[in-house]
Amino acid sequence: MSTIATTPIADTPAATRRRSIILVFLCTIIGTAAQLLMKTGMEHFRLDPIALLTNYPLIAGYALYGINTVLLVLALRDGELSVLYPIIALTYVWVTLASYIHLHESPNIFKNVGVVAIILGVIVIGRAGSK
Amino acid sequence: MTPLYVSLMLVLAATIVGSFGAVFLKMGASEIDGSVLSFANSRLAIGVALYLGSSVFYAFGIKGAQLSVVYPMVSLSNVWALLWARWFFKEPLNKTKILGLVLILFGVTFVGLGN
Repeated sequence: MSTIATTPIADTPAATRRRSIILVFLCTIIGTAAQLLMKTGMEHFRLDPIALLTNYPLIAGYALYGINTVLLVLALRDGELSVLYPIIALTYVWVTLASYIHLHESPNIFKNVGVVAIILGVIVIGRAGSK
Repeated sequence: MTPLYVSLMLVLAATIVGSFGAVFLKMGASEIDGSVLSFANSRLAIGVALYLGSSVFYAFGIKGAQLSVVYPMVSLSNVWALLWARWFFKEPLNKTKILGLVLILFGVTFVGLGN
């Protein structure tokens, strides 16, 4: 059976934890791309086999969700759930920033405060896991 | 238009189901030894199924509801995950984790209010 190209379980606990956190970090970026693609895909969603099979944004969105799940599982294998799960909230940060840039939504104070608080929270939790 | 309490109950259900999804993914993850076949284990399958189930609840919950009301509820899944992590995996729950969690809950609520 083919093996997955992951680095062998890192030797130091700190390096392992860092690897898990980086994997979840990647998950949030991929998850954001998946959400944006699915949003685009759902805009021309029709319950018709041909339309569904040629709805590339939707298919790509689902594929990215699949990759996302694999990365999350690999992260959870070595990391603490109580550290990794809250980090997924970074997705809100990326989606908000992407909607500023991509959808030209105007920034507002609530969103900006929220984004800063989430980033601070993730830093705090990430450090909690590295002790 | 779905009544607000129905939306909130659906989103609450989504957070509980989704947080259990994460618990099963973590259980299943421990069975992975590096081979592709080891991904085909029942706990991972249950975890993925719960995640999909959660997204169905979520999709119906946010349909026709104001995101500013629903978002604070969505972030509850983090609270469940912390509790389950302590109960099922005996992970330490310390002040730093709680502080981080509070910041994230606050942040997600504010992002929701801005929508």
